[in-house]
Amino acid sequence: MTLLVVVHAVVALLAPAAARPLGRRVFLWTLLAPAATLVWLAGHLGTVLDGGAIEEAHEWVPGLQLELAFRLDTFGALMVLLVSGIGALVMAYSVEYFPDRPDLGRFAMYLCAFSGAMLGLVLADNLLLIFVFWELTSVTSYLLIGFDDTKESSRKAALQAILITGAGGLAMLGGLVLLGQASSSATWSLSEILADPPTEGAVVAWAVVLVLAGAFTKSAQVPFHMWLPGAMAAPTPVSAYLHSATMVKAGVYLIARMSPAFADVGLWRPLTAGVGVATMLWGAYRALRQYDLKLVLAFGTISQLGFLVALLGWGDSKLVFAGTAMLLAHALFKAALFMVVGVVDHQAHSRDLRRLSGLGRRLPLTAAVATLAALSMAGVPPLLGFVSKEAGFLGYLDASGTGSNWVLAGLVAGSVLTTAYTARFLWGAFAAKPQVEDPIGAEVPRPPAAFVVPAALLAALSLVGGLVTALADELVRPAAAALYEPAGEYHLHLWPGFTLPLLLSGVALAGGVLLFLARRPVAHLQSGLAVGGGADVAFHAGYAALIRGAAQVTRIVQPGSLSFYVSMVLITFAVVPGVVLVRHLEVPDGWVWAESPLQAVIAVLVLVGAIGTVLTRRRFAAVLALGTVGYGVALLFVVQGAPDLALTQFLIETVSLVLFLMVLRRLPDRFARRRTRSLRVAHLGLSLAVGAAVFGLALTSLAARTDRPIGEEMSEVAYPEGGGANAVNVILADIRAFDTLGEIVVITVAAIGTAALVRAGRPPRRQEDVGVEEERTGAALDPADEEVRT
Amino acid sequence: MSDLGRPLGGDPSGVLDETVRVAVPIVLIASVFLLFAGHNAPGGGFIGGLVAGSAVFLRYISAGATAHGGVTRVPFEVLLGAGVLLSALTGVASLVAGDGFLEAWTFEEDLPVLGTVKFTATLPFDIGVYLVVLGLAVAVVASLGREADEDLAPVVEPDEVER
Repeated sequence: MTLLVVVHAVVALLAPAAARPLGRRVFLWTLLAPAATLVWLAGHLGTVLDGGAIEEAHEWVPGLQLELAFRLDTFGALMVLLVSGIGALVMAYSVEYFPDRPDLGRFAMYLCAFSGAMLGLVLADNLLLIFVFWELTSVTSYLLIGFDDTKESSRKAALQAILITGAGGLAMLGGLVLLGQASSSATWSLSEILADPPTEGAVVAWAVVLVLAGAFTKSAQVPFHMWLPGAMAAPTPVSAYLHSATMVKAGVYLIARMSPAFADVGLWRPLTAGVGVATMLWGAYRALRQYDLKLVLAFGTISQLGFLVALLGWGDSKLVFAGTAMLLAHALFKAALFMVVGVVDHQAHSRDLRRLSGLGRRLPLTAAVATLAALSMAGVPPLLGFVSKEAGFLGYLDASGTGSNWVLAGLVAGSVLTTAYTARFLWGAFAAKPQVEDPIGAEVPRPPAAFVVPAALLAALSLVGGLVTALADELVRPAAAALYEPAGEYHLHLWPGFTLPLLLSGVALAGGVLLFLARRPVAHLQSGLAVGGGADVAFHAGYAALIRGAAQVTRIVQPGSLSFYVSMVLITFAVVPGVVLVRHLEVPDGWVWAESPLQAVIAVLVLVGAIGTVLTRRRFAAVLALGTVGYGVALLFVVQGAPDLALTQFLIETVSLVLFLMVLRRLPDRFARRRTRSLRVAHLGLSLAVGAAVFGLALTSLAARTDRPIGEEMSEVAYPEGGGANAVNVILADIRAFDTLGEIVVITVAAIGTAALVRAGRPPRRQEDVGVEEERTGAALDPADEEVRT
Repeated sequence: MSDLGRPLGGDPSGVLDETVRVAVPIVLIASVFLLFAGHNAPGGGFIGGLVAGSAVFLRYISAGATAHGGVTRVPFEVLLGAGVLLSALTGVASLVAGDGFLEAWTFEEDLPVLGTVKFTATLPFDIGVYLVVLGLAVAVVASLGREADEDLAPVVEPDEVER
């Protein structure tokens, strides 16, 4: 399974190169990765269906319980099928969707990388590995949403998405770590933890809340949902793949995995049920107000994700079964619907349902596909959406636990709204609207068949899965059983008989149709009730406040005065060790002033240099005097028998002198004389204090030695282990090579930074650089444009 | 020090120029010697790099930043990047070989003609350090030196305020 993830990574990395000869057919190249995954899955499906799980583990960072542990069980197999199956279809669809454009290779790379990350996520069995892939999906989603990086709205939406999902991901990391520590599993294996879950104690109660925070942000639950409509800035294949079928299901996936074990812990059940129902209602309600077809679907997705969270979070075996079926049904119909919107957008160059008219007659095949998928979304028999929804209603009718009836009522109300926005979608995209002025529709060209085939395939599966329930049953039953051992035989039924769930479905359909027919009064009511933008406005206000606060803090701690910075550093140095030294000053035994007259002479030289540096008024003289100090110290190293140090010190002094010369040419000849007397006294006092602190620290640390110096040991191992007689070099290049590596990276960053800074003071070479910067700053303060569109 | 108000370089007498012309190759050879000797005697990548860097500075002082030649023709970004890459890859090589990251290993073998050859993995690492330090010197000349030479406007006398 590690290999599959690697295959995705390699295919993704090669995509830009492949795009050069292939053009938009680069997606056929990236299609290889999900296709390989599907072949692999087919090979292992037998073993998994027989009840065995395929496991694989490689060591990664054992000290942190991070392990490349993968596990494929039947639920994982269903998820892999969705991730790679829909991934393959979306890639095939992308070939037709995109015009030939030079950056398509980059897009294909991100898409394939996402596919690999998502695959890793659903296969990962280690808590921290789950987090790694979780964040990788967030990052690739960020890159894909912001793909049109010349558009301000795309960049803004991408930033919002990664801030929200990233913040949730951090909360989840905290929860996972707490959970891992509370568990008995040494390797933090998810399957082991779920088999023997720690359910006692406040720590676990907090851990599940934190994990849920991550799941809710990722799965766009209220009040973290606002990033998902923004994510529609991405090209439509991304919406179909990431933001409906797979990535937004990551939270649902984790809830599904964990709810059987943790549903009774702390706030789990009230949170998942409450947030799920609220999300389902709010998303569907908002979908009724959208005019952009894609946004209708986006809010519909939020609503459906709430439905899934409510079903899978309860921790009841019958509901887990229903939720798994719904997960499958939703992935099939929602991906198909997004692809249809892409077709409409591509052919008609508009997604505005106020202007599209008569498309149903122009694009009959597309309309038929859309109708099938949409009916599945609304829960109309005989489609898979209906069958799954029935199972969900039945599950909540039979569920135990307080409040289950309220949840059921919320779900039925949500289904009414779902039917209404489904009708709005179909009517909006395809109906003939005679009253529309300047309609789009009559001249829309027909799409090539290959463009519609992926969506048609998914819609057909929705139909087959509903008609031949046994087929869907064979897929869903084992998958759900991997999550929660069923208490009895559950099946999906196309015709359950005249039962209460059927009545509820009828209510949902009839109510939804009524709501759609009454769309004018409903729209009036909605605009009357509208109160600002809610969560989205709150997000942007909070974001702007954060930026302002950061700017203010920066203004206080970074006033831009060099002498302020140096003073702060020195005061800290004098005070922190100084306070301790005042009470614990020790003088080592056998302490002498100087070991030889030569040392004394050099010391005097250094002192003279130091005093000269301070007294002189000329910058150049100060630099020379300072050089005397440096060369003097180097001489001390020579006397003490440290040639490496001495050599380095001499060289550094020389190089610094040249550096000073370069900089001094641009500075006035003399130091400024504007210092007040009191400031000079303060500087003198600070200098003396720092000097005393250094002296005291040196003395005390010499006296405080309790063990033999580490240098002796390093010298001993230098030749046998490092293979070099020069211990200093062995320390630098072997024993502490990691430090050295870090240091050369610092030098590199400093050198490039200096070069950039020197250039920064000059007029910009291109005028547009300035324009982009201004636009960005303004962008951060704007409220969302989503409300403007509605 | 009114001399400081003009670009460095351009020695009218030519003595400095001639001296530097002779000295720079010697300094560079010395720097490479220090680099290789460093494992057993004083020297090493850092010191060797600094010596090579001072050759760059010597050339700059005599001829100014616009005088191209030798190592300064290589963009400093390349030197810095190659250095970090080489050092990091040395570490990765040890990791692949089965030791820990940056764990040095020694190769000692009697080869025909060459006699006993000893090779330590710290050498490529040290070469990386050398390149980075040299890159720093080239970067300094290229940015502080060249940019200043190009637009050395007369400095406005003390109206700076020290806070």
